[in-house]
Amino acid sequence: MTDKARNVVLRTEQLKTFYILDAFGCEKVVKAVNGVDLEILGNEVYSIAGESGCGKTTLLKALYAAVEPPLRVMEGKVFYARKGDELDVYALSKEQKRRLRWDHISYVPQGSMSVLNPVARLRNSYRDFLESHSDGKTRKDFLRIARRHLDELGLPSKVLNAYPHQLSGGMRQRVTIALAALLGPRIMIADEPTTALDVVVQRGVIQLLKGIQETLQNTIIMVTHDMGVHANVADRIGIMYAGKMIEEAIADRIFGQPLHPYTQYLINSLPRFGDKTMRQSAPGSPPSLADLPDGCPFHPRCPQVMQRCREEMPRMKTMPGKHRVACWLVEGGVNERIA
Amino acid sequence: MSALLEIRNLKKEFAFGSILSRLRITAVDDVSFDINTSEIFALAGESGCGKTTTARMILGFEEITAGSIDHKRSVAPTDTRRDKVWLSHGVQAIFQNPFETFNPLRPVERYFFETVRNYKLADSDGKARTMVDETLRAVGLSFEEVSGRYPSEFSGGQLQRVSIARSLLTSPRLLIADEPVSMVDASLRMSIVNLFKQLRDEMHVSVLYITHDLATAYYVSDRIGIMFRGNLIELGVVEDVLMQPKHPYTQLLRESIPEADPNRRWTERVSLSDIEHEEYMRKGCRFAGRCPKAMEICRTDLPEDLRIGSVMVKCHLYAGECND
Repeated sequence: MTDKARNVVLRTEQLKTFYILDAFGCEKVVKAVNGVDLEILGNEVYSIAGESGCGKTTLLKALYAAVEPPLRVMEGKVFYARKGDELDVYALSKEQKRRLRWDHISYVPQGSMSVLNPVARLRNSYRDFLESHSDGKTRKDFLRIARRHLDELGLPSKVLNAYPHQLSGGMRQRVTIALAALLGPRIMIADEPTTALDVVVQRGVIQLLKGIQETLQNTIIMVTHDMGVHANVADRIGIMYAGKMIEEAIADRIFGQPLHPYTQYLINSLPRFGDKTMRQSAPGSPPSLADLPDGCPFHPRCPQVMQRCREEMPRMKTMPGKHRVACWLVEGGVNERIA
Repeated sequence: MSALLEIRNLKKEFAFGSILSRLRITAVDDVSFDINTSEIFALAGESGCGKTTTARMILGFEEITAGSIDHKRSVAPTDTRRDKVWLSHGVQAIFQNPFETFNPLRPVERYFFETVRNYKLADSDGKARTMVDETLRAVGLSFEEVSGRYPSEFSGGQLQRVSIARSLLTSPRLLIADEPVSMVDASLRMSIVNLFKQLRDEMHVSVLYITHDLATAYYVSDRIGIMFRGNLIELGVVEDVLMQPKHPYTQLLRESIPEADPNRRWTERVSLSDIEHEEYMRKGCRFAGRCPKAMEICRTDLPEDLRIGSVMVKCHLYAGECND
């Protein structure tokens, strides 16, 4: 991998996006993304792990600049690197954003059934996407491009004549991913691409995603709650808890030497084949994003809680090996030895 | 160990379409297994393999097309009505999504008192309260924590515990748990799974654990049955089946589970079936179309159940090795 391909393609600065809900006259603020700093590199698979309701999907929406009420950007910025420039995404006009989408950055949302138009054959969906991003081509050209694209990805091109409901869940998901890769985007965002699929089918979908990434040499930002999938595809993993990024490192370090107590619970509670020893899960349950505790959001569940954790949120600290973690244990030097 | 439940040659057919063009799908085909007292039996396979249909037949939600489900008990059955009362008394169900199990507009405690009343478990309110508190304590909650709260006020993991506590009220011998942890957050999943182990060891409850997640199945269960397109293709002690899988489908399934270890990534590619209906209709072994070791006989004859050591496997590859 050359250094040139390793530059930052997407960056956020203290990103805060909240849902502002108006319930019977009183305002309710759901802090879904609460101050996230990210630097995502070219030619890597960056995957985000966390429990349901920790703000993973909202973060992806914010990265894709698809922020619609009641979701609002409160603070912070998102930058895309494009042709040597850095674009402040929220400063762009609607038309400029539309041009970037699918061409530069594409998004595979959760639930492939709702992505594809249920009353149109797939070739029409393909044509729609192609038409809005390229000029001066005929219908035949579009069909030829779509066919060649599917052939390259090893999918049967006869699916173009089918309606979405005629395909199995796995095939539908793969067609959706293929559609997202159609214009060769530099960044692909995939939200839970394998949820609700069987393991063998899941493997096929992951295989396709990895294949696309290797061919296009682009960046995939993926959210999934399945730690096995993370271990299998991710170059770097970010762990999210209650709207904050609490740990980030290359996959080997996250699985081999997690530093944050939450990550340690997450990794240690995974059942493994050939090992039937008792697994413990973290006590308590995740906090509501509308009513966060003071200090570190994990402190009510943390076995190593200190007074400082209850009062102050630790900052992300970079440890050796580009291992970033937000925990007072590391700041105080207790876990420093492990790193 | 004695059998609590004996299932023999169970079959379920679903028919689709009109009288003229009727399509029959055998969702469960000739499935036989036992569930012993105080054991966790896992039934695993991909979606559409018939595992939920099997559970629904055991619970009596679904009519049986052929075969038998025999609940072993001391009293011989006399009539069907009493059968049903015994059945719901001794067999309780836990469903996948706890938020769908409970009505969002009713406090969850009402479900507990309703169960007590329906089964005439207590003769006074005070006794009922003590009973409810006891079952909630068995799952690590208490009556004070639950009292007056609505389902939306619990997390998924807590609500799944509440659901398990309710099913324990009738002192069941068997719990049927259909994907009980797939909707529960990763950090809480193990607490539910550990609860099943605890119930088995302390209260001698048997659990039919239906899942597609082989890693938790390996962790929690004693024996496992693997289903594929309605057939039970491999059955045995969980260490034997999952650590040395015999059937090519079990092998594929086992290899396809993403392991939580970045040093063990997949390298080989898999082929997927495009048309699922075809596999149900297939003569012979239903996996033959995708099996890397398929032989001529696989496409024409359905293999017999072969017993190899402690494991039952339905595959022609092992025809010569059978030990009975």
